[in-house]
Amino acid sequence: MFESFDAILLARIQFAFTIAFHIVFPAFTIGLASYLAVLLGLWLKTGRGVYLRLFDFWKTIFALSFGMGVVSGIVMSYQFGTNWSAFSDKAGPVIGPLMGYEVLTAFFLEAGFLGIMLFGREKVGRGLHFVATLMVAFGTLLSATWILAVNSWMQTPQGFAINEVGQFVPVDWWAVIFSPSFPYRLIHMVLAAFLTTALVVGAVAAWHKLRGRDWPEVHTMFTMAMGMILVVAPLQIFMGDLHGLNTLEHQPVKVMAMEGHFESHPNGAPLILFGFPDREAQTVHWSVEIPKLSSLILKHDLNAPLDGLDTVPRDLQPPVEIVFWSFRIMVALGFAMLGLGLWSLAAFLRGRLHDSRNLHRYALAMGPAGFVAVLAGWITTEVGRQPWTVYGHMLTADSASPISAAAVGASLVAFIIVYFAIFGTGVVYILRLMARLPEVDEDDLTDGPLRSAGITPGPARKESHHGH
Amino acid sequence: MDIDLPTVWAGIIAFAVLAYVVMDGFDLGIGILFPLFPEKEDRDVMMNSVAPVWDGNETWLVMGGGGLLAVFPLAYATILPALYAPLTVMLLALVFRGVAFEYRWRSDTGSRRWDVAFFGGSAVATFAQGIALGALVQGIAIEDRAYAGGWWDWLTPFSIATGLALLAGYALLGACWLVLKTEGGLHAAARKLAMRAGLATLAGMGVVSLWTPFLNPGYLDRWFGWPTIGFSLVVPLLVAGAAYGLWRGLTRGPDWLPFLAALGLFVLGFAGVGISFYPWIVPFALTIEEAAAPEESLVFLLWGSVVLLPMILGYTAYAYWVFRGKLRHGEGYH
Ligand code: HDD
Ligand code: HEM
Ligand code: HEM
Repeated sequence: MFESFDAILLARIQFAFTIAFHIVFPAFTIGLASYLAVLLGLWLKTGRGVYLRLFDFWKTIFALSFGMGVVSGIVMSYQFGTNWSAFSDKAGPVIGPLMGYEVLTAFFLEAGFLGIMLFGREKVGRGLHFVATLMVAFGTLLSATWILAVNSWMQTPQGFAINEVGQFVPVDWWAVIFSPSFPYRLIHMVLAAFLTTALVVGAVAAWHKLRGRDWPEVHTMFTMAMGMILVVAPLQIFMGDLHGLNTLEHQPVKVMAMEGHFESHPNGAPLILFGFPDREAQTVHWSVEIPKLSSLILKHDLNAPLDGLDTVPRDLQPPVEIVFWSFRIMVALGFAMLGLGLWSLAAFLRGRLHDSRNLHRYALAMGPAGFVAVLAGWITTEVGRQPWTVYGHMLTADSASPISAAAVGASLVAFIIVYFAIFGTGVVYILRLMARLPEVDEDDLTDGPLRSAGITPGPARKESHHGH
Repeated sequence: MDIDLPTVWAGIIAFAVLAYVVMDGFDLGIGILFPLFPEKEDRDVMMNSVAPVWDGNETWLVMGGGGLLAVFPLAYATILPALYAPLTVMLLALVFRGVAFEYRWRSDTGSRRWDVAFFGGSAVATFAQGIALGALVQGIAIEDRAYAGGWWDWLTPFSIATGLALLAGYALLGACWLVLKTEGGLHAAARKLAMRAGLATLAGMGVVSLWTPFLNPGYLDRWFGWPTIGFSLVVPLLVAGAAYGLWRGLTRGPDWLPFLAALGLFVLGFAGVGISFYPWIVPFALTIEEAAAPEESLVFLLWGSVVLLPMILGYTAYAYWVFRGKLRHGEGYH
């Protein structure tokens, strides 16, 4: 049934599909692990029960998402061999050890301390439990660091030689790990993860607020999330700009595709806001442009010349249509997040952070925005570097396994069915957990200050157990 | 200093695979035994006895696969396509059982469904791993640094036999883990099961061991030629010793003895495979030397492994220590 398809195309779809599912979970758990560590730290420091209740509330959600991240991640570590064996043979000596370090430093650390973090508070005591929580958070960040070093090397490779059998051989590990795009990609991705988590936390708080559940936990969540967004969204936009300038230097063709610049502009390129790129015709239909702005953003000079895709042979151009749109989606969402942060600030200054319903509605609507922006960002990055796997050195077409289209197609269908069923169910369970209210476990608490402040969780709390 | 890096690395990878087999082996075994314990309370205890450690156990699988990519990229690039179907099935099965750990507690009505997913996922993943082992032992076709066989080559009577043997073996590990971790009725049932699974495992090991030398004259030579024939005489004796330990532990001995004896059986079986393979990494097609990554890669990762693996073993042991002792009904982590 798959004879008419090309095995490489199917393998690409399979990789894109499985990794797009995988990244959704780390994007959330990287931020959530740090958030949990902060909550626990605040509880240990202040003794206020809100923090512990929030910790317990998000801990279960973390456990679920982490589990999904792990199982989808294990699939990834075998995909390179099953579908991209030529790539594995050639690039394995460079990227393999980096992923090896990811396992040794990050995955074992997370897995080793996860059990204690989730189930061991009574067994090991508060101090060690806090250490375990910190280790898990640290592990997620380390994991992102190594895997992004791998990806960045594939985007902007350096520090290697090619041996007699055509393998990439590491010459300078420092150069391999710190490839030119790595610092930018790492910071941009980690900020993205923090934003994604803050948006989710904020949306959960907003949802409870809109249903009239004005508990201290909900207040705390909302304030923390909006504060985080206010600080991180502008940083992210700033980093995104720097990341783009770095890409212009090392992968100019990708930027041409993002900008939709088919033509070269010797004196000042316009910024195309919207339009419909058409690779056949090598033009952008119905484009809405601001003259010279692109040169200003990318070169900081209104009249700077910018090359277009007309300088690149057709078969080395990435799929412009996809990159053009995914980039705009990411940027638009970035500004929408900035808007949320600023609105919250304004509401806070007027003392209305906790009772502006429109703000809460907006925060709720922005809940999934982080995930969408992360996926859009990765699609820009990965589709924009086509047709290469190792940029400038190894073509995607030369990377695949000698596997028949039938085999790749059959496994692709299996992945699609299983992933949607399994992870779809998981998302439903997570949403249900989010709809509860943090539970009060009387034994657990040292809740003095809060109670004496007169906010006594009354009968309405019972309603929470039924959720929606 | 002159050390044979590829061989050192073959040893480390072999260790990672063995660690995976015994550690994930017992928690997959728990899943395989699930249908034999229909009571929800029993299942809760079984699940909880592995919930805090299963993720760490499974990380050894990533270490085995990722390590292979790093230090034997050519082996990774030929073995994985050769085992395309069984590995894909294994990965999907691991998805089912992995999420069941959490999902099971998230719905009252669906909890049965996730029990089935846990059992099915564990059994299918085990069977697929056994098939993968069998397919590797019987050899895979390599030409021009690439897999050169068909995509059904892995399916033979021999690989099915290894699949079944591994099912018995993991069930044994799982049952012995339960003997170690539980009390009362569950404990008594686990002892009985362990006895049966032990017999099945020994039978499986016997069949596979007698079959292997006839797959390829190379194995015959290895097992009946000089000086390796020494091993052929010692290994069965040690197996008999472990089997005695198992029997003794299950009838009269302390609760830790059966688990230790079962581990012993696995180590011996694994050593047998190792003896058959060395110096090949893909039998009779690719040697450890040929498959090895350039020295720069081997050295770079070796430093990290020498420092980090002992630390990993240390905190893993600590995690097991924290959750030591017997679990009672109703005592859970959830
Ligand atoms: C919450 C998520 C998020 C948000 C709001 C933004 N990004 Fe982003 N972006 C990512 C999440 C992300 C990402 C998922 O982290 C990517 C994919 C790969 C990478 O390096 O980061 C990415 C890639 C990426 C790239 C591609 C770099 C390359 O492939 O070489 C550029 C140029 C930008 N971003 C620029 C921006 C700009 C100018 C933004 C401002 C509005 C922005 N991003 C907002
Ligand atoms: C985690 C978020 C990521 C997402 C959402 C993502 C998305 C994608 C997409 C959409 C493609 C298909 C491109 C095309 O065929 O036009 C792709 C290909 C690929 N990506 Fe990524 N990617 C991610 C991260 C990574 C990382 C971290 C690595 C390396 C370790 C990586 C390695 C690859 C490889 C090897 C391919 C297949 C070959 C190719 O088509 O270039 N990706 N990815
Ligand atoms: C930018 C892309 C990626 C990031 C940021 C990332 C990050 C993470 C993180 C933080 C985890 C821990 C589990 C969780 O929090 O959900 C994880 C799990 C995992 N990831 Fe990814 N990952 C990425 C892409 C990949 C790729 C391309 C691979 C394949 C080589 C991979 C392999 C794995 C594996 C095997 C696990 C399970 C580890 C365990 O057992 O704990 N990841 N990833």
